[in-house]
Amino acid sequence: MAAITLEHVEKRYGDGFRAVNDVSLEIADGEFMILVGPSGSGKSTLLRMIVGLEDASGGVIRIGARVVNDVPPRDRNLAMVFQNYALYPHLSVFENIAFPLRLRRLPEEEVRRRVEEAAALLELTEHLDRKPSQLSGGQRQRVAMGRALVREADAFLFDEPLSNLDAQLRGQMRTEIARLQNRLGVTTVYVTHDQVEAMTLGDRVAVLRKGVLQQVDTPRALYERPVNLFVAGFIGSPSMNLIPATVEGRRIRLPFAEFDFPGETPAVEPLVVGLRPEHIEDAAMVDPAVRERGVTFEVKVEVVEWLGAEQYAYVPYEAPPDLVRPLHHLAAELDRESARTLLVASLNPASQIRRGEAAHLWFDPAKIYLFDAGTGESLRPSTLQQHVPEHQNPEG
Amino acid sequence: MGRLRIAKVVGPVLIVVWTLVPVLWLVSLSLKGGDHINDGRFWPAAPTLHNYRTVFRTDLFTSALRNSIGISLIATALSVVLATLAAYAIARLDFPGKKLILSVALAIAMFPTISLVGPLFDIWRSVGLYDTWPGLVIPYLSFTLPLSIWTLAAFFREIPWEMEQAAQVDGATPWQAFRKVIVPLAAPGVFTAAILTFFFAWNDFVFGISLTSTGRARTVPAALAFFTGASQFEQPTAAIAAAAVVVTIPVVAIVLVFQRRIVAGLTSGAVKG
Repeated sequence: MAAITLEHVEKRYGDGFRAVNDVSLEIADGEFMILVGPSGSGKSTLLRMIVGLEDASGGVIRIGARVVNDVPPRDRNLAMVFQNYALYPHLSVFENIAFPLRLRRLPEEEVRRRVEEAAALLELTEHLDRKPSQLSGGQRQRVAMGRALVREADAFLFDEPLSNLDAQLRGQMRTEIARLQNRLGVTTVYVTHDQVEAMTLGDRVAVLRKGVLQQVDTPRALYERPVNLFVAGFIGSPSMNLIPATVEGRRIRLPFAEFDFPGETPAVEPLVVGLRPEHIEDAAMVDPAVRERGVTFEVKVEVVEWLGAEQYAYVPYEAPPDLVRPLHHLAAELDRESARTLLVASLNPASQIRRGEAAHLWFDPAKIYLFDAGTGESLRPSTLQQHVPEHQNPEG
Repeated sequence: MGRLRIAKVVGPVLIVVWTLVPVLWLVSLSLKGGDHINDGRFWPAAPTLHNYRTVFRTDLFTSALRNSIGISLIATALSVVLATLAAYAIARLDFPGKKLILSVALAIAMFPTISLVGPLFDIWRSVGLYDTWPGLVIPYLSFTLPLSIWTLAAFFREIPWEMEQAAQVDGATPWQAFRKVIVPLAAPGVFTAAILTFFFAWNDFVFGISLTSTGRARTVPAALAFFTGASQFEQPTAAIAAAAVVVTIPVVAIVLVFQRRIVAGLTSGAVKG
């Protein structure tokens, strides 16, 4: 077991393209670190540089105290689970798991003991004599993990291990990975583009965008204090509403509402207001005393999705095209569709709002986020300080 | 639909008859004794193994059989080993001139063999390779390597990169990853290449007859041309037929044994499928 340290790590390709750009990251011994980002963000490349399948073009990679930049993968003592599992189809499950041990020429009874231990842990004991082709997706996934486990490696690396499984199995395997990591306490680096995996599994999450590290923090801190539009838009599901806004003194004007900002408004224009769907409510469901503190506005709801435990309302709105354009770029970068400007609200499931009807929605201006539309930087932290106690919401 | 179904039955039957009748004719001839070969009947009236006994008593044939087996096996072994390594490099590595190597290899495979016989004859005579085993193994290699390389490169490309990377992360050297993971997975390709090479060497006549002069290196197809009857008044047809049957047996045997190994889908289960 060991800490992993990245210092100014870079990956440049022959054509000058930088897949990973000046990433510095310290992963503590035993920590579960998630690398997250949309496709093309360089998260997999970074992982492959740690394991040694890609050479770093610059910077220093350390495992424990050892600089491993020039160490071949086989000598780094890391275990990796690949996205497509990469099991050896000509070997039985037992031999697949035993493969790393056989390469080290461990004595037969040692190999048997360790493989059986790993198999028991992963509930693979009855499948040891079968070939990978006879296993289900989830079982193959567990074999791949077994092969990583027997190594007693310094760290586990996962490259989108659950993306090939169906939703239900993914949930199960996610819990299983969390359980194993907890139990073994091995340093783990886990690449994913899945929100839920990122938020639930990691001690800390590193958000990457076009090879540049945006923010590294606990899932909660990322959710509550995103440093820029990108992180704000990426973390949270459904994702944060990013609304172009104009400011006049303390007054903030949105396309569908205007209100006085309870703090100091930054002297930056144009602004983007971030409003999480879960912070918008049906005005009728809000206690009158609380309603006073917030902003109530009238809109026409286009679609309502009632899911039992939650309910989503979709509200299209018009905004000046030149203000919306950068937001469309951002949405494209986040792999999201955004043909038009749409406000998403997560309402109380008891709300009686119907589609096609005018409705009164409500939000608390203390819970909004402000971003500089030009740079994308969050403008919140300075103004936020005074509001932290009242709007830190433990359950989000 | 009815007509299609009839065509589906008739077509294969025609093909089987078309290909099998000459073979049956050969077998039948080899079993006929003495003057019966001209009796105008398809099946031998009195089947006899006399011809086979004659053939195996002839020095010409037994030495040719030894040469054929030896030369073909050596050519096959060398060709497969070299082609595996070359194909692996072509499939996995990026090096300048890769395209050139592949296209030159293909050009060589398409070269008419007969055009090389003359120059080779001269060269082999002056360097002392004429009428030796290496003298045949070398041209066989150069003609079978391109095909083997192409076949194997196609197989190697099918094997996911991750297989090898997983092996390397698991602690394998590149050589170990190649030997323990890639080669077993490419086994069907290796067998295919081996069979193609063996057949080429085994069936070759042009090189066999022009680059040899004695029993030292003459192979069976060439030796058949030198067959004579028990006496000069006797046609050696039946004996040739018997020899032909004998040399056909290994080919048939190999196909039957290895067709099970040449199954696609060996990689199923390696990755999500």
